[in-house]
Amino acid sequence: MKVLIPGIAGQLARIVATKLHAAGHEVLGIDRRPWHDAPKDVEIFQIDIRKRAAEDVFRKHRPEAVIHMATVTHLTVRNEDRYRINLFGTRAVFDHCAHYGAKRCIFVGRHTYYGAAADSSLYHGEEDPPFAMTTFPELADLVAADLYAGSALWRYPELDTSVLRLCYTLGPSLSGTLATFLRGRRVPTVLGFDPLFQFMHDGDAADAICLALEKQLRGVYNVAGPQPMPLSLLIKQAGRTPVPLPEILMSTFFGRFGLPQLPPGAVAHLKYPVVVDDSSFRAATGFNHRFNEDETIGAFRQAAR
Amino acid sequence: MSLLRDPEVVERVERLELPFNRHGLDPYGVSKREIVRWLSILAWFYRNYFHVRVDGIEHVPPRGRAMLVGNHSGGVALDGAMVVASMLLEMDPPRLAQGMADKFINLIPFASEWTMRTGQFTGLPENAERLLRDDRLLMVFPEGARGTAKLYWERHSLVEFGSGFVRLALATGAPIIPFAFIGGGDAIPTIANLYRLGKLLRAPYIPVTPWLLPLPRSVPLRVLYGEPIRLEGAASDEDSIIEAKVAVVKARVKALIDKGKQMSLAK
Repeated sequence: MKVLIPGIAGQLARIVATKLHAAGHEVLGIDRRPWHDAPKDVEIFQIDIRKRAAEDVFRKHRPEAVIHMATVTHLTVRNEDRYRINLFGTRAVFDHCAHYGAKRCIFVGRHTYYGAAADSSLYHGEEDPPFAMTTFPELADLVAADLYAGSALWRYPELDTSVLRLCYTLGPSLSGTLATFLRGRRVPTVLGFDPLFQFMHDGDAADAICLALEKQLRGVYNVAGPQPMPLSLLIKQAGRTPVPLPEILMSTFFGRFGLPQLPPGAVAHLKYPVVVDDSSFRAATGFNHRFNEDETIGAFRQAAR
Repeated sequence: MSLLRDPEVVERVERLELPFNRHGLDPYGVSKREIVRWLSILAWFYRNYFHVRVDGIEHVPPRGRAMLVGNHSGGVALDGAMVVASMLLEMDPPRLAQGMADKFINLIPFASEWTMRTGQFTGLPENAERLLRDDRLLMVFPEGARGTAKLYWERHSLVEFGSGFVRLALATGAPIIPFAFIGGGDAIPTIANLYRLGKLLRAPYIPVTPWLLPLPRSVPLRVLYGEPIRLEGAASDEDSIIEAKVAVVKARVKALIDKGKQMSLAK
C-alpha cells in the first residue's frame, strides 16, 4: 500500500514510517523539517502541508492511505503559525485525500482533547465532549483540528476516516509532551494534588496507528496502553524529583530553577486526571500493548541518561 | 501497632477483590497503601470511640455490583466513613464501599488527592455507572448535602431523596441494599448551619455544634442493613414511575431507622 505521512519527521511518525516500510508498504512523507537518516526508499518532501507543493504530492503520487501527524503540539509558544498549521493543515490533508482518491485517512490526535477539571468524569469515552478549552485554552486549536477531522466522516463518506486520540507517549524517543515535561531533574507538581497520568510506550503507539491502518478503522477511538499511574509515582519511577508547589506559585516558577516551561493552562492537567477508556479501540483492532508502565518509564529513563 | 497500619486492616485490604497492580493501584488509582492508612484510623474510631454495632451485614452481596443506599446522620460524613469501615471490617470477603463525594471536595488540595487514592470519587453519574458496571460496591446518600444539614432535633428524619440512584440501579441492574445509620446526629449535634461561610469556603455550609466545631463526641453508633431491593423497569421511565420506586426505597430506609432507634433504646 502507498502511505503518505504528513509530519513524517516527528519522532513518533518516524517510528510509524519505519514500521510500515519494514512491513513492505511504500512510504512517502511531507514535513518542513528534514529526516536525514530515513530509510533510503522512503521519499521525503520537505514542504509545508498547506502549500501548493503538498497538493502536488497528493496529485502526483495518489496515496491510498494518509496518516496525518502534522499537527504542532508544542505549547510553550502560542503563535499564529501553530494555529494555522493545525487548522488549515488538517483541512488541506482531508481535502486532498478526498480530491485525489485516498481511501483512508488517520488523524493522530491527543487524549488531552477531553480536558482536565474537578468535575469531569474519571474515564472518558469517545462520546464525551471536549472540555479542554475551558481549563486549557492553549489546546483550542488541537481540539478544533480533532473535531474538524471527525467531521470528515460525514463530509467525505467515501473516505475511511479514523480519529485516534492517543494518550501521552513515553519511551526511548524522548519526544512528546510528557517526555518534555519529565526531562529535567526536578518536575513541578501542584501541592495537594496527584492526578492519574495515562501514557504508553512510543512503540505501542506506533503499533496502534499501524493497526488502525491495517484494520481499515473508521470512526473516533481512544488509544491507550497500561493502566494509569499517579503523577508523583511516575516522576519518582522516572528518576526525577517531584517539586510540589502551591498552585498560586505555579505560573511564576514555570521555566525557572530548572523546572519546565509550561503555559498557565497546564496547571489543570497537573491537578486533575485525563484518562480515557480505550476498550472500543482494543475491541475493533485486537490491540494489546507490549510494554507495561514500568518498562515504558524504564525505556525513557534509560534513554534520558 | 502503628495507628496508620492496623494489622487486621492490612490483612483485610490484602483480601479485597480489586485488580491491584504491582504498585498496589487499581485502574482508578485507588491505592492499597492509602486504604490501609485511612481505614486503620477509621478502624480505631469504629471499635474504640463509637463502638459501632452492625446488623444485617449478610444482606450485602460478597461480590458483584450493588448500591448501599441510606440516610445521612451527622453534620459531616461520619456516616459514610463508618459504613466504609463496616464493609471492610465486617464483610467476608471484605469489600471497599465507594462513596460519591461532593464536587467541592475535589477542589481542595490534599482532599482531592485523598479522594482519588481511596476511591471516594466525585459524585458524577458517569463515575457511578462505570463503577457499578465494573462490579464495585457503591455507597449512595440520596438526601445529598440536604441530609447532612439536618439539625439535631431532625436527626431521625429523612429529607427529600434524589431520584438519580434509582435510574442508575435500573440502568446497571444493581441491587439496592437499604441501610440506616443511627447516632450520627448525637455524635455531631448540629444546632445551626453557616451557609454564607460555607459559600466563602466553596462548601455547601459549615455545621455548628454546641462546642462550635463539628468534632464528634463518643456515642455508640449503629448501622442496619436491610434485605436487597431489586428494581424492575427502565432507566428512561417517566418521572412518576421512578418517584414511586424512590418512595419504596425511602420507606425501607425509614423502617430501618425506626428499628434502629428501638434497638438503641432497648439497649
